[in-house]
Amino acid sequence: MEQLATIGLNHYLTISAILLCLGLFAVMTRKNAIVILMGVELILNAANINFLAFSKYNGSMQGVMFSLFVIVLAAAEAAIALAIVINIFKIFKSVDVSSIDSLKE
Amino acid sequence: MFELPSGAEIQSIIAVLKANTGFFIPEIYLSVLFMAVILVDLVTKGRKNNVLSITTLLGLLGSIYFIFQQHALPSGEIFFGMYVIDRYALFFKYFFVVSGIIAVIITMADEQFNREVKSMGEYYALIISMVIGMIMMASSGDLLMIFLSMELVSFSAYILTGYFKRNRRSSEAALKYLVYGAVSSGLMIYGFSLIYGLTAQTNLIKISAALAAHGYDPLIMILATLLILAGFGYKIGAVPFHFWSPDVYEGAPTPITAYLSVASKAAGFALLMRFFYIAVPRAALPVEDVMGIDWVALLIVLSIASMVYGNVVALWQKNVKRLLAYSSIAHAGYLLLGVLLRDALGTQATLFYLTSYFLMNFGAFYVVTLIANKTGSENLEDYRGLGRRMPIAGAALTVFLISLVGLPPTIGFIGKLMIFSALLAKGSLYIWLALIGVLTSVISLYYYMLIPLNMYLRDSEQPEEKSFNPGLIANILMSFLMILTLWFGLFFTPLSDFARYSSAMFGITLQ
Repeated sequence: MEQLATIGLNHYLTISAILLCLGLFAVMTRKNAIVILMGVELILNAANINFLAFSKYNGSMQGVMFSLFVIVLAAAEAAIALAIVINIFKIFKSVDVSSIDSLKE
Repeated sequence: MFELPSGAEIQSIIAVLKANTGFFIPEIYLSVLFMAVILVDLVTKGRKNNVLSITTLLGLLGSIYFIFQQHALPSGEIFFGMYVIDRYALFFKYFFVVSGIIAVIITMADEQFNREVKSMGEYYALIISMVIGMIMMASSGDLLMIFLSMELVSFSAYILTGYFKRNRRSSEAALKYLVYGAVSSGLMIYGFSLIYGLTAQTNLIKISAALAAHGYDPLIMILATLLILAGFGYKIGAVPFHFWSPDVYEGAPTPITAYLSVASKAAGFALLMRFFYIAVPRAALPVEDVMGIDWVALLIVLSIASMVYGNVVALWQKNVKRLLAYSSIAHAGYLLLGVLLRDALGTQATLFYLTSYFLMNFGAFYVVTLIANKTGSENLEDYRGLGRRMPIAGAALTVFLISLVGLPPTIGFIGKLMIFSALLAKGSLYIWLALIGVLTSVISLYYYMLIPLNMYLRDSEQPEEKSFNPGLIANILMSFLMILTLWFGLFFTPLSDFARYSSAMFGITLQ
């Protein structure tokens, strides 16, 4: 019981592992391009939680720095991704990745 | 929790940053060029001329001077271990700048841009930003820098892939590239976070020291390695992280396809070698690995899978760009053979092979662009009878393809020879790898030679037999690449000496 009562490194790592799996699950099963991108955000944030948790328990600053950069780049990536998805919607009238298949073997 | 730095500490940090700026001149120059090209675009808006491309070309040529100045610098870390200056990085700086120049030249020749887009806008600026990103990839000494530079390259590449906004195939390629790229870089970051958790360091050299000093949990290490390999494997296009590459290579504008297949792949290799050689040196590890699996074993699997898959699937391809995409997967396999040796000979062979791949792949894509300009098609069937109608292009393409197979007297032969002889020098298991490499090269002979077969021995179905002339500049560049491919196939010593000179990485002495 005592282990459950105080929140330690393991709790953070478990949460981040669950987030990673949920993100991967979303990427692999969903057909909607927007939802796939949401899955990617989950993966990135799982890594962020890891960095912050390790940083807290290591006492080193690099993890916090790293997570700040991950947040910024995730935003940049979302901007580019949405631009591409909007363009796809204009052309294909859909953001369903299974219907976007003009390139094939 | 964290202490704030004192005023004196901040002053000393600023002093170090100032002192280190002198080691960063090529990157600063290229960043200025990036902004200058955007400004030039602003001024010449709406006019269809070559001002933008000429500015880019001259600017990139100018950066070679600043890179040349860096030969005098001692190798070392700058910006608090974020960035590394060494001869290995220098090799890749030349490599990326020259590939940027060739990408610009191919773009100037490609008539598809006239049809598809109104203005070249950010296109050239993005090519320069990719050059900067790849240079930083090759010189990063820290996990954070690896992440930032890789994303800089990826973001520019997503936009360039989808540059034909109204073209279905280009947009689709951009979406696929983006989804695979985002997922694999996300996995790589998760792997980085595990490494950071194991060592409390993000600098590659300090990571290696921490791993050697404190040991580690081998299971977590192998998990982290796998996740990081997802990111690197995506950049180099190795099986099983290759799914994006045939579609992206087919859909993207041809100059970008060539650029991605040569420069972006080389940047991935630069990073892969630096990361694994420095951060995870095998000999220094105190703990036994899980069932003997470590990154070398993983790279062996990746390499064999890439060579076999790339070469076998290419046999059925009807589109030449797609065929070259599968061939580039196979070449990632050959390059990995040189990487996994992790010795001086293997590094030298890998660098040499990258150079040879540069010449022959850019050459092949350039000719494909020229042919697509004239025939409007990239299908193998439409290459019939082209050998007589475009004599120089046909001869050049044949030379590039012979080089891609790895037959003498071309540079591709010397490249393969160096990699295989480095494998044989290592002995035991590696001899089998060399054998697989040779056998898969034999398979590749078939599909590469289909193109000259169609060009020379089969007649076109259309009766018209007028000859095409791609223009003087195109002929000169094509012949130049062809002659270099042949020349270095015969007189390869200067190039292999340069590759040996460049295989000196800061932070590790390769035997």
